[in-house]
Amino acid sequence: MIEFYLNGKAVQADVTGDTPLLWVVRDEFKLKGSKFGCGMGMCGACSMHLDGESIRTCIMPISAVAGKQVTSIEGLGQSDLLHVVQAAWRDINVPQCGYCQSGQIMSAAALLANNTAPSDADIDAAMSGNICRCGTYPRIKQAIHNAAKQMNSDVAYFDPQAKAGGPL
Amino acid sequence: MSTSMQTRRGFLKTVALAGGGLALGFQMTGCSSKSINRSNDRQLMPNAFVQITPDNTITFYMPRAEMGQGILDGLTTIIAEELDVSPQAITVVHAGVDKAYGNPEYVIQATGGSNSIKAHYQGLREAGATAKAMLLAAAAQDLGLNVSELTTKSGSITAQGKTYSYGEFALSAGMFAIPEQVQLKDSKDFSVIGKNSIRVDISDKVVGAAVFGIDIEFDGLYRAALKRCPVIGGTVKSFDAGDVKNRRGVKSVVEIFNGIAVVADTYWQAKTALQEIAVEWDLPELAQINSSDVKQQYQQALDEDDGKQWLVQGDEKTPFENLPQIIEAEYSAPYLAHATMEPMNCTVKIDGDKCDIWVPTQSPDVAQGVAAFYCNVAKENIAVHSTLIGGGFGRRANQDYVAEAVSIAMASQLPVQLVWSREDDMQHDYYRPATMVRYKAGLDAKGKLQSLYSKAVGPNLMPYMMDSSMKAFVPDFVPDGMVNWMGKRGFDLYGNWLMDEASVEGLYEDYEMPNKEVRHITVDPGLRVGYWRSVGHSFSGFFKESFVDELVYATGQDPVQFRLDHTQENPRLNGVIKAVAELANWQQPREGRFLGIAAHKSFHSFVAEIAEVSVEAGKLVVHKVYCAVDCGVVINPDTVVAQMEGGIIFGMTAALYGNITLKDGMVEQTNFHNYQMVRMPESPAIEVVIVASEEKPTGVGEISVPPIAPAIANAIFVATGERLRELPLKLA
Repeated sequence: MIEFYLNGKAVQADVTGDTPLLWVVRDEFKLKGSKFGCGMGMCGACSMHLDGESIRTCIMPISAVAGKQVTSIEGLGQSDLLHVVQAAWRDINVPQCGYCQSGQIMSAAALLANNTAPSDADIDAAMSGNICRCGTYPRIKQAIHNAAKQMNSDVAYFDPQAKAGGPL
Repeated sequence: MSTSMQTRRGFLKTVALAGGGLALGFQMTGCSSKSINRSNDRQLMPNAFVQITPDNTITFYMPRAEMGQGILDGLTTIIAEELDVSPQAITVVHAGVDKAYGNPEYVIQATGGSNSIKAHYQGLREAGATAKAMLLAAAAQDLGLNVSELTTKSGSITAQGKTYSYGEFALSAGMFAIPEQVQLKDSKDFSVIGKNSIRVDISDKVVGAAVFGIDIEFDGLYRAALKRCPVIGGTVKSFDAGDVKNRRGVKSVVEIFNGIAVVADTYWQAKTALQEIAVEWDLPELAQINSSDVKQQYQQALDEDDGKQWLVQGDEKTPFENLPQIIEAEYSAPYLAHATMEPMNCTVKIDGDKCDIWVPTQSPDVAQGVAAFYCNVAKENIAVHSTLIGGGFGRRANQDYVAEAVSIAMASQLPVQLVWSREDDMQHDYYRPATMVRYKAGLDAKGKLQSLYSKAVGPNLMPYMMDSSMKAFVPDFVPDGMVNWMGKRGFDLYGNWLMDEASVEGLYEDYEMPNKEVRHITVDPGLRVGYWRSVGHSFSGFFKESFVDELVYATGQDPVQFRLDHTQENPRLNGVIKAVAELANWQQPREGRFLGIAAHKSFHSFVAEIAEVSVEAGKLVVHKVYCAVDCGVVINPDTVVAQMEGGIIFGMTAALYGNITLKDGMVEQTNFHNYQMVRMPESPAIEVVIVASEEKPTGVGEISVPPIAPAIANAIFVATGERLRELPLKLA
């Protein structure tokens, strides 16, 4: 039995310790927003936050997550309460098929949490682990800049994650 | 001024709604298969595609597959325009299998060939306009007014200062006969067509709520993983499952037609258990083939065989006589995998004589037919629930994963979701065909192109499509062995008698000259092939546009001017060439950067691209790509721009990296470390201009792929003097 925090809530998973976090979240907790893409940490479709850092959950054994804070796309924002990154994504139609976008958004959110004014080079470095087969990279870059601008503007933005105990 | 149009006889019909309301469906000729659509618990909708109920719910049964190309938004926008509602106010439901939802240009219910907007534009406008006309007629009757006293806006009707929702007249409207004539809007009155908007499917996709095939979940669903022969087509000789059945979560180990499957509570349990099973395989003929053999076979064929003639035009006998400039070159392109981000998957639940299938597919009717072949359920009792698709690119035109999932469900007697690993996906694709071409061109003293001879070699797509689809169309009483035999007839047909347009399309059409001859030699090394975004154009665009560039530089001409000179009778291709040259400021030299242009017509649309590159210390950087497109009337301009961007980056992966190779018949590439994708750091800035057009709307999803590889190769030539004639592009 492994205990950790998923989207702010304490949870327990009764799985073998080698089970990747991705499959625990998808198959045990039935949260389907994080995707399976490659199974070897090469594409980033499975990205979630582990203690605030964007990680590849398809190769992260659940045993290594014990006691830690995990945030999946479901914990970042909701349809009626979008995270600033999600709103920036929506506003310029970033997604095409959309399959990789949960992972892209998680990586972008982690970048902006540490760097509120990333350069193109910063974005290239932070996002190079996330593949988009539809080729939405130019818009992802633009959306990250737009989100950064929004975060730095005088208008306060709402970060649902700041709220204690986000939705599971 | 609006256009009056006669509804095609019997094109539309009203559909009885159990709960009452207006529902318009396609008029069927002959019998249609039984429906699986239920608009809600109470109502059976045989084949409606627009439905308005008294609670003012407007439902659109979307007949095509959404795989990123934006068709869900595009088709909804067309309906919304004529119906005078916001696209966001329409509930979109994926249509089930029914002849009513067939692709108007194909015999099957397929999404592909970039034709969805082209094929549905008129029909959906008529449907929207008809529904609106019937609502207006009903409102006029109910309110005791003339239709001329009514106006429509945002899903409501205004009469004498009072506003009513469409739903209030849905019951009455359902009683009206379909009008003989309806008015279609003039394009200047469009309020949503031609306007940028946030796509209707975007909101779910930014919160992880969009449901793809892999996300299907219900109580009692198990996960399956399948071990196939490393060489496609091999079968199980024997296997040893050891004590895998005793592993935690494992429910069943079954043998199916192409391998051994484990069914377990969770995917990870199934996948790890599968690794413990040892299988001995009967290898197919393909196991004799290596990539070096493919190239050797192609070259030998080009040397020794003239193949079949596809086209001859002008002087057949002596097209190259007396021409001062004769140029010849050979080009080649490798096999490619689709590598959709969502691996192949399919969920199956068989319950007695009923079967439900949830699948991300480009051909739900073929999926239904294939499923019927592999289980004991009649086709009409198999409900196919299409989901959003995490990347199609042609891969999901094939239904092999449906055959597997149904077989596993049958053998295990359990509801299962089969999920492919990335390795399964890379090594068991239907690949873009490896192809070579030999070109010969003759120009006159003024540098005008006079003659082109094109001889290509490679496998044909059509026999593979026939083989994999035959099971869907042959009646149940035909024995399975006979169906398999019939499926294989395509290889003889296309090898010896017919020609597959996909093998030659794009090699020769775009430029004007008196004499052309186009030939093709069928050489099929045996690796199965399929439709890959832009199909034949994916290689012919590179071949033709690189070769044309060779002609330009060999005769000391300008690449833009040459293309303009040879498209005098082709104003739309000419137009995009002109537009992209202006956009990129073609004549303007830039320090350390070099430009290459390519232009190509495909799927009835026209695209020209200019790549701006640098080559320093043997390292190629694509800094920027300029793109001009003419695809006729545009529904959502931002979607067109997005498709140009996406296709350029998709095509860049093929241009720079894509190469599927065979060792003893096995595909050597397994995952993204050895089948590399363009990532954010290599992704260029992209600027797109849409050439305004009143022509009918045409394809968008594939058309920006063909020009990018040659645009980059042509820029590399300017930068280095090196002419790269093989994909992927490798600097010396």
